[in-house]
Amino acid sequence: MNGNSARGDWLLLIIFAAVVLTAPFTLSYIGAGYPDLLQKFAIFGIFAIGFNILFGLTGYLSFGHAAFLGVGSYASVWMFKLFTMNVIPAVLFSVTIAGIFALMIGFVSLRRSGIYFSIITLAFAQMSYNLAYSVLSPITNGETGLQVRHLAPTDRGPDYVLKLVDEDLRWIDQAFGVVEDGIPITNLFGIKMSGFEGFYFCAVLLIIGFFISIRISRSNFGMMLRAIKSNQNRLNYTGINTRPYLLAAFVISGMYAGLAGSLLAVTDPLAGAERMQWTASGEVVLMTITGGAGTLIGPVLGATIIKYFENIFSAINEGILQNLFSFMPEGLMDIFVAVVGMFVGKGWHLTLGLLFMVIVIFLPGGLMEGVRRIGNLFRRSSKSAAPQPSSQAAE
Amino acid sequence: MENVVLHVNDVVKTFGGLHALSDIDLAVREGETHAIIGPNGAGKSTLLNVCIGRLEPDSGVVVFDGEILTGKKPHEINQLGVARIFQTPEVFLDLTVLENVMVPALAKRDGAFKMNAYWPISREKNLRGEVEALLEDMGLADQANQVASTMSRGDKRRLELAMGLIQKPRLLLLDEPTAGMARHDTNATIDLLKKIKASGMTKVIIEHDMHVVFSLADRISVLARGKIIAQGTPDEIKNDPKVKEAYLGEEQV
Amino acid sequence: MDAILLQILNGLDKGGAYALIALGLTLAFGTLGVVNFAHGALFMLGAFCAVTFNKLLSLEQVILDPIKKTAWGTPLEIRSPYIEAWLGDFGALLVDYSVPVSILVTIPIMLLVGVIMERGLIRHFYNRPHADQILVTFGLAIVLQEIIKHYFGANPIPQTAPSIVSGSANVGLWLGLGENLVYPWWRLVYFAFSAVVIFGVFAFLKFTTFGMVVRAGMFDRQTVGLLGINIQKKFTIVFGLAAVVAGVAGAMYTPILPPDYHIGMDFLVLSFVVVVVGGMGSLGGAVTAGFLLGMLQSFSSMNEIKSIFPGIDQIIIYLVAVVILLTMPRGLMGRKGVMED
Repeated sequence: MNGNSARGDWLLLIIFAAVVLTAPFTLSYIGAGYPDLLQKFAIFGIFAIGFNILFGLTGYLSFGHAAFLGVGSYASVWMFKLFTMNVIPAVLFSVTIAGIFALMIGFVSLRRSGIYFSIITLAFAQMSYNLAYSVLSPITNGETGLQVRHLAPTDRGPDYVLKLVDEDLRWIDQAFGVVEDGIPITNLFGIKMSGFEGFYFCAVLLIIGFFISIRISRSNFGMMLRAIKSNQNRLNYTGINTRPYLLAAFVISGMYAGLAGSLLAVTDPLAGAERMQWTASGEVVLMTITGGAGTLIGPVLGATIIKYFENIFSAINEGILQNLFSFMPEGLMDIFVAVVGMFVGKGWHLTLGLLFMVIVIFLPGGLMEGVRRIGNLFRRSSKSAAPQPSSQAAE
Repeated sequence: MENVVLHVNDVVKTFGGLHALSDIDLAVREGETHAIIGPNGAGKSTLLNVCIGRLEPDSGVVVFDGEILTGKKPHEINQLGVARIFQTPEVFLDLTVLENVMVPALAKRDGAFKMNAYWPISREKNLRGEVEALLEDMGLADQANQVASTMSRGDKRRLELAMGLIQKPRLLLLDEPTAGMARHDTNATIDLLKKIKASGMTKVIIEHDMHVVFSLADRISVLARGKIIAQGTPDEIKNDPKVKEAYLGEEQV
Repeated sequence: MDAILLQILNGLDKGGAYALIALGLTLAFGTLGVVNFAHGALFMLGAFCAVTFNKLLSLEQVILDPIKKTAWGTPLEIRSPYIEAWLGDFGALLVDYSVPVSILVTIPIMLLVGVIMERGLIRHFYNRPHADQILVTFGLAIVLQEIIKHYFGANPIPQTAPSIVSGSANVGLWLGLGENLVYPWWRLVYFAFSAVVIFGVFAFLKFTTFGMVVRAGMFDRQTVGLLGINIQKKFTIVFGLAAVVAGVAGAMYTPILPPDYHIGMDFLVLSFVVVVVGGMGSLGGAVTAGFLLGMLQSFSSMNEIKSIFPGIDQIIIYLVAVVILLTMPRGLMGRKGVMED
């Protein structure tokens, strides 16, 4: 809460931006320097930062945040289909729609707290998921998923509305006379949003998102949110109406999720209902707690680590394992391949579940907590027992 | 007759079949320190909880300065100028001492909800100055940047008092402000409360410690089995035979 | 009229499953104060107990027929379950009845699973925040279902009911409503089974000393702990009981819905809704809400209703849950003071 920590925050932001922007080079050393994966890091980083604003600051555990991610994806794809392949309108529209959606769901679910809140948000997400698969098929294209398609023939009659899922209009692009050859790619005023360009677009939004989350956690609003987590009842008796604060946090984190969903559609213009499933909601919880809920960098770190290991683990197949253990005698090798094989490839989710348990059991504060503990150990042993800084709670 | 600030009107509260409060009538005058005493289980805390909206009375109303408090939400009651100090210290354990007091200060200045998600708290220089001055008064200044969970119980109680005082409430409800405190802490708290008294803040205080009650109270109400059995100045209460019988008779004064 | 009756019947078996899962959830929550997101996985494990039992029973021996040849001139293979070879007709009967008989295996297995789970994991989370409990059991649920997926694959594995109840009951004739109202026997069996289990659990809690302590514990955990009763051991047994109830519910459900690895998750979400609607910590509420929501779900899947509110069958349960929670914060039969402040 002093000038020092404000300067520290700027430094943090600059370092963060530098790390993110140089990621294509630095991460190539660990085999993660290619655009598809980097995009995922950035996108899920945004998702986790937003989730952390709700869960990390207020302690309200939402099990339905994937719904906002899904809504964001659908909204963006529709913008691509109807108006333009330029990503700006799509991103803005997605964030807005996700915000409105979060406002409605939050208004209802924030009337309860604790486990009730978790279950209501879960119910809402599951409801959205079911609807996306069934009745809302004209909007979501059901199981197939919503995709960017070729343009509708110009002589299409008034029944074009019924064909929208399969045939696009792109009114704005058409008004500007954009010529399409096959199915078009998303762009930012002509810059194709695939590959590294796509990553840098996501990266810039990630940095902005990170900046906003720093501002929020240092602000009056952020302090109120932390006070809610600490003792909501007391806060009420202190003259604070906690519900609008919670609703604001819920909507903001829903908008982050919408942005992440939109970026998923930007980098790969396809939206499916499985993005809304509650296991997807569980994944963002895992990312946040892995890194450290309530910390600034933790969620991004968690998202990166989870997505990185997902990428590595799911790529490993039996052949690779056999190579790896080929130094062993035949029988032993088979056993090792069988056992390790449970955890890699399609078994990645098993590893994920175990990781989940291990983190909650042994390191509830996440990796950032671990870093802090090691730091404390180091500080104590070097006898420079400086008093804890005040902003420790929000770091 | 002086201005009555807080009026408890025929309040009845039962738990199951138990009458916790029966037909309580109580008038607290502007600027006075009104002590409520009574043996354990007399209904003192229940009465306080009814006043701040934590409990809904079965019948009767509580009126504060012309506003009916009954049925209002806790934050609305606080915004009218009624602050409460809890019996077990309820502070924000994960926040620093400074932040603990900043929260009520902001609630007082900005109302029940104000969205300021962009500018850091460090820009609230004036408010912070006010809070730091109060912490200095309370002897908590050197702990200002500590997380509240690391404080001793006595310090937490003082912090809680600071959280109430920073709001300069028109009515301060104190639930056993010195319970569990060491003697010298108790005396320090008494001195502090005397100082506040000079500022003209109305206070309702629930207390077991007769030393505290008689050194602070202007008037005293004695509660026994959910009823007010006596009311008056400390001297009147000391000499009231009913009080002696119901309460003081059991203990030394 | 027939249609309505049919929907009531349809709701009964599904409602029975919801009620049984919700019962276990409530038991664990009410006594142990633990929110168990892995409870659906217990249902799933029970279902796969039945699957495994059936697989073991149907292990086949292959005998080459000494005389008969196939069209290709190779000896004809005669396949028959070992169990038939050993036990004759009784073996064949056992294979036929594998689902109900599997319960005998499911009970001890699930009891063991429940006890291990409580001792090894849940116990250490009694004093942790609910969010931690949710997260760790959520992780456990993923682990359990992935293990099952690893060994049994991702596809549903159909099970058959005993042939004697594989047909449909002519419910309409019984009720004098004509012949149009028919209903699968096994679903009736499932309903009766769930009713028996529910009554069993209630009787156990009502009439045994152990049950009294458990009920007292649900009412006021601290006090019972103070009475000097070894509550730890009782908690373990309660959790084991909850696991058994979920397990047998899953095993018996296999002929109705072929189990796959995520059947548990699917049922869990609904069962949580059931518990919340019934009232957290209320056993009666859990059972009532289970059947109520089961029936509501089957009513809303009637074509007449779907034509008015398309998709209502997909969301009705969640919708009801939201409305109930907003109007009756404690659910249908919730007690004051459970999960508050």
